[in-house]
Amino acid sequence: MQEKQDSQIDTYWQANIRLVLGLLSIWFLVSFGCGILFVDFLDQFQFFGFKLGFWFSQQGSIYVFVVLIFVYINRMKKIERLIDQDEPGEE
Amino acid sequence: MSVQLLTYFFVGISFAVYIGIAIWSRAGSTSEFYVAGKGVHPVANGMATAADWMSAASFISMAGLIAFLGRDGSVYLMGWTGGYVLLALLLAPYLRKFGQFTVPDFIGSRYYSSVARIVAVLCLIIISFTYVAGQMRGVGIVFSRFLEVDINSGVLIGMVIVFIYAVLGGMKGITYTQVAQYCVLIFAYLVPAIFISIMITGNPVPQLGFGDQLLESPIYLLEKLDGLMMQLGFDAYTSGSKATIDVFCITAALMLGTAGLPHVIVRFFTVPSVNDARKSAGYALIFIAILYTTAPAVASFARLNLFATTHDVSYVEAPSWFKNWENIGLIAWKDKNNDGKIQYAKGDALQPTKPVYTDQRGLYGERNLSNQAHPSNANEVYIDRDIMVLATPEIAKLPAWIVALVAAGALAAALSTAAGLLLVISASVSHDLIKKTFARRISERQELIYARISVLVSVIIAGLFGIYPPAFVAQVVAFAFGLAAATLFPAILMGIFSKTMNREGAVCGMLAGLIFTLTYIIYFKFIHPELNSSEHWFLGISPEGIGFIGMIVNVVTSSIVTSMTPKPPEHIGAMIENLRRP
Repeated sequence: MQEKQDSQIDTYWQANIRLVLGLLSIWFLVSFGCGILFVDFLDQFQFFGFKLGFWFSQQGSIYVFVVLIFVYINRMKKIERLIDQDEPGEE
Repeated sequence: MSVQLLTYFFVGISFAVYIGIAIWSRAGSTSEFYVAGKGVHPVANGMATAADWMSAASFISMAGLIAFLGRDGSVYLMGWTGGYVLLALLLAPYLRKFGQFTVPDFIGSRYYSSVARIVAVLCLIIISFTYVAGQMRGVGIVFSRFLEVDINSGVLIGMVIVFIYAVLGGMKGITYTQVAQYCVLIFAYLVPAIFISIMITGNPVPQLGFGDQLLESPIYLLEKLDGLMMQLGFDAYTSGSKATIDVFCITAALMLGTAGLPHVIVRFFTVPSVNDARKSAGYALIFIAILYTTAPAVASFARLNLFATTHDVSYVEAPSWFKNWENIGLIAWKDKNNDGKIQYAKGDALQPTKPVYTDQRGLYGERNLSNQAHPSNANEVYIDRDIMVLATPEIAKLPAWIVALVAAGALAAALSTAAGLLLVISASVSHDLIKKTFARRISERQELIYARISVLVSVIIAGLFGIYPPAFVAQVVAFAFGLAAATLFPAILMGIFSKTMNREGAVCGMLAGLIFTLTYIIYFKFIHPELNSSEHWFLGISPEGIGFIGMIVNVVTSSIVTSMTPKPPEHIGAMIENLRRP
């Protein structure tokens, strides 16, 4: 019983780490990538009245940040529900 | 009604609301005083976090800084929002699971050491006082311009208000006043932004407006601004002049610092569950993003309007806001080419940079300066960046009630942040130093009394900072982030994600990060300010960005020390296991 629970906790923790790493790569890519490192390259493209790199650094990255947190909240809820189903009555 | 009367009206009403809320939500227990009884709804907590977070620097200074920095201003936009992703994904859920009152509480328990706890308190106090200094100066600016009392009495009034609701209500009172303050400040920020956006582009959404075409001619706003600035000899608005490595490090330091700021972290202790902690980080970022995506729009409108209304305009005919701010001492004009007209160009107008006024008035009624004209350029105007948001409604000739509203909003921003900071300072003194370290046997009632006394002392110290202010609001605040990034953030992060990190490692790491970052900042800002330029910086990283390197110093130091000292005891492993459980 204890063992099964431990292995479940491990699965949960690994799923959590995978999710967090995935989301943080996107976080890095839009802010440090599009907004800073590749900003001059992206500026050659026009996005409505903005240069694309400029838009990412002053607008786009912030919108992506918000989306990332809500994706995380929902995924974590799903992961936690899976664990709960496998182990009824366990909190 | 005059602007001043309206301002008294708005500020008076908002202050009455804050005090009313404080009386309604008095704190009776230490849990209510420190973490609002852990019963705050995630949406309310998101708003409170946003108000706590958006300081005088965000409200007053940021758009002004961006207006003058152009694309380089992005460091503040990304830096002060991106940290919430780190908070939500890496810290908030685990710290809520831990379930105690303060940040040093976590560090003290995780690293099984009262030395670690005291070092954390030390870092927390340095960070929070650096930050609070900026808030009080913001309060002073608003009072002196809009209520025409002198800065010192303004700071005094602010202190009394914060004191009343922080002492009465503790975290509970602060949380619900912050919800009200968020509503005031966001309304006050959006209304003028929307008005100006409509006036300039016809688009009611500022975020879209600054990528739209101008009403007066079918040309994109940013293109027009770029062209105008290049014509005057500036760099294009949408181009950057800071080195990429510096932009990278400043952004990183601000993001990591955001995630390590004690007054932000502690907000996630106030919600009922771990899932609520995640949710409130999400809501907080939405509420923050509303202002942070508006700010760059306001910045570009303000810059365009500034040129449109005052460049090549004779001083005698200059709009009244120009002269009002000159009287406060935040604008100065030196007629270099003796044509009686105001002209802008790239570079500092004056030598030394900040204006030193004489008592006399010049030929056109301008305030005379004892500064020399800077010989290398034709720029005639000194403008303090802190005034751009406050002056924008006047520059755009918006109605008087909007000007008054902005003043109330700026005060809400400064007071809400100051209150949050003062509370974490006092909580760490009364809880971590007195209760957990020096006088373990005091009762809950006594602890509560100590907590309230610590608020009083912190308010007085913060007030002194406001009366003898150091430098620009946003600049001073930026250093607090570097320090948080180099000390608390890595200690907490490694405490959660590494089971092997031990007490010796964490303490040495925090101290190394603190000393390294603080020394670098003090060296370039206070000991040798004349050397503060990129050729003297370490790897070309400015003092604002050095916190990122400080964090690396912290992580490396603590890893090395950990590998050479005994492993943490077994119950720590169990504690970490428990933090990670859903």
